[in-house]
Amino acid sequence: MDIDFSPEDLAFRDEVRTFIAENYPAELRGKQDEGDELSKEDFLSWHRILHKKGWVAPAWPVEYGGTGWTATQRFIFSEETARADCIRLMPFGLSMVGPVIYTFGTPEQKAKFLPRILSGEDWWCQGYSEPGAGSDLASLRTKAERDGDHYVVNGQKTWTTMAQHADWGFFLVRTNPDVKQQEGISFLLIDMKTPGIEVRPIITLGGEHEVNEVFLDNVRVPIENRVYEEDKGWTCAKFLLAHERTGIAGVAGSKRGIEKIKEIATTEMDGDKPLLSNPFFRRKVAELEMDLTALEYTELRTLAGEAAGKGPGPESSVLKIKGSEIQQRITELALEAAGHYGAPYFRGFGEGDNEHPIGPDWAHRTAPSYFNVRKTTIYGGSNEVQRGIIAKMVLGL
Amino acid sequence: MDLSYNETQGMLRETLARFLADTYDFESRKKMLASPTGRDPGIWKAIATELGLTCAPFAEEHGGMGGGAIENMIMMEEFGKVIAIEPWLQTVVIGGGALKHAGGALAEATIPAIISGDAIIAFAYAEPQGRYNLADIGTTAKADGAGYILNGHKGVVYAAPWATHLLVTARTGGGRRDRAGVELFLIEANRPGVTRRDYPTVDGFMASEVYFENVAIPGEALLTGGIDLIERVVDEATVAVCAEASGIARTMVNQTVEYTKQRKQFGQPIGKFQVLQHRMSDMFVEAEQVSSMALMGTLKLDEAADARKAAVSMAKAKVGKSLKFVGQNAIQTHGGIGITMELAIGHYFKRGTMIEGQFGSIDHHLDRFEALSYPA
Repeated sequence: MDIDFSPEDLAFRDEVRTFIAENYPAELRGKQDEGDELSKEDFLSWHRILHKKGWVAPAWPVEYGGTGWTATQRFIFSEETARADCIRLMPFGLSMVGPVIYTFGTPEQKAKFLPRILSGEDWWCQGYSEPGAGSDLASLRTKAERDGDHYVVNGQKTWTTMAQHADWGFFLVRTNPDVKQQEGISFLLIDMKTPGIEVRPIITLGGEHEVNEVFLDNVRVPIENRVYEEDKGWTCAKFLLAHERTGIAGVAGSKRGIEKIKEIATTEMDGDKPLLSNPFFRRKVAELEMDLTALEYTELRTLAGEAAGKGPGPESSVLKIKGSEIQQRITELALEAAGHYGAPYFRGFGEGDNEHPIGPDWAHRTAPSYFNVRKTTIYGGSNEVQRGIIAKMVLGL
Repeated sequence: MDLSYNETQGMLRETLARFLADTYDFESRKKMLASPTGRDPGIWKAIATELGLTCAPFAEEHGGMGGGAIENMIMMEEFGKVIAIEPWLQTVVIGGGALKHAGGALAEATIPAIISGDAIIAFAYAEPQGRYNLADIGTTAKADGAGYILNGHKGVVYAAPWATHLLVTARTGGGRRDRAGVELFLIEANRPGVTRRDYPTVDGFMASEVYFENVAIPGEALLTGGIDLIERVVDEATVAVCAEASGIARTMVNQTVEYTKQRKQFGQPIGKFQVLQHRMSDMFVEAEQVSSMALMGTLKLDEAADARKAAVSMAKAKVGKSLKFVGQNAIQTHGGIGITMELAIGHYFKRGTMIEGQFGSIDHHLDRFEALSYPA
């Protein structure tokens, strides 16, 4: 057992570092530094660069376009991309529906969809939650009825992240209302340009347009776009949730977040001393670093378990709970560091207006970020749902 | 990077776990504690000779198996699971560790005696005024010819009543809190002038106040390395109690879960109540953090001194916090029976609570971490 990187790993780390330094889009970097809202093209620019390099889906099996990296290399890659403040790639295709398709899909589905996920040609969204089905996802009511070789889908989805850009969506729909809730759900891939789909924006507390309502009115979906068996969609959903939770720890991103807070608190003054010298502020930073380190080693232990053949199981709920709480605490501290300048509400540059946002560069994003990441303990199965999973699946209660 | 245990390490764990399952059930432990010496010396002898485990963390040249901190972590975790009162921490981790690092004739003579189970070492470092400052030492070692004369008072020396040797920190020069002038000595516990006041500790061990009155010791008793060596050894000990805490936290979670499956109130097992399920989930999460930090600290022991200290302090502070959470909630969830001597859970809680303060409180370690990590 050892925690050190081998010479090969260190060489790989240098390779990743150099690649990012030489290829990360300057324009995107500029927008991030200014705290601008990013466009679809912004997200796709980095995605396409990684795809061209063959690095866009490190976790996928090689036969479907994965990199064949070791767990350590994947760890290094995610560390380095976070360290260099690269944007996070949209997970809906790469981390969510992609693995479902290569695990449960037909050869035709794999051939049709996987290459387009990798290339970024298709932007995916996730049609799971409904107004009446949030944490209790299995109670969903959007229904799909057979009509010849099609399903006819009717209902409403909500919290559909980035659906405004989506070409395709993966949807959980009820195909059998007469059986136990979990046993009557199917997993459909729906072309978002199909007639009968309407996407309406929801604006969240930070002022962002991230999430949407999606209305489905007699939407016709070919039966060959169903993944896995009819009424067995819950199997795909559970598989996907476990996948979603491992990535959700967000250790590398949180490390970068804490580094930023330390940078800020070193220049921001509190009286005649840097804020980081204030014993109370500094203790909060220290405890955050401590909790993040504990999470990091918990994730490493989980990865070591996976390497030894244990799949991501209910223990990944631990990563979700801790990771999401830490993400929230980081934004809380950044907002605290901003002092007065957390308040000005910067709504982006108006037409012909390039006046500098009010206050320090970093400050105008602190309040919106704080408001925005309240989502982390709610999405992906709320933390209360995660505690329920641990109680039931791990502790046997 | 590889966080898996090798086959030998797996066997070590299994061997000790199986032995402790047979010897350390709650009733047997109670009998040991109630006996005149407060322990069963046969168990230590068996661990050393029958099971041959004491050789695990020592180098082959000293008759060991070539292991180190990982092996100590494994052993301490298993001891924690049964709240064993065996002197592994004091004898193998601390005494053995100091000898390994200092080397020389004393190491060559004493390590084989540790491995054979004949030597038991107690670590006399704390003083009534010193809190957690390892350099706040009033005990003096005055040069006297080729040797030294020891004078002073050491407090709460765990395992001293059982010890054949004392590992003593004392000042050869400098003022009370100076780092320079602090040295480490290994002496026979029965040297003339050494007196003890023995007592049981709340967590099941025996300890002593140890007094040195003009104790003449030979020059060879000095382990070279000064305060740097002492800090390193205490960091290794700190991480070892983190590993012990990992075993304790896990067991407290398991026992609490089992109890709530049996205990019925309002017509159903109390484990069916969501408020208790979520609490136990949180306990499980925190117990996982304890294991993770024990591992982290162990893996960082060979780093340069400042990086090592920062990592160990981070580990210990987190372990202290999480252990407190698990322990207090384990007692609360048990209800009235949890605050009696009757069930094991309370005894785990007591040992866990003492670990929180052992080698430095949560605040002490957060202070040290901050001092090393952030500018003043």
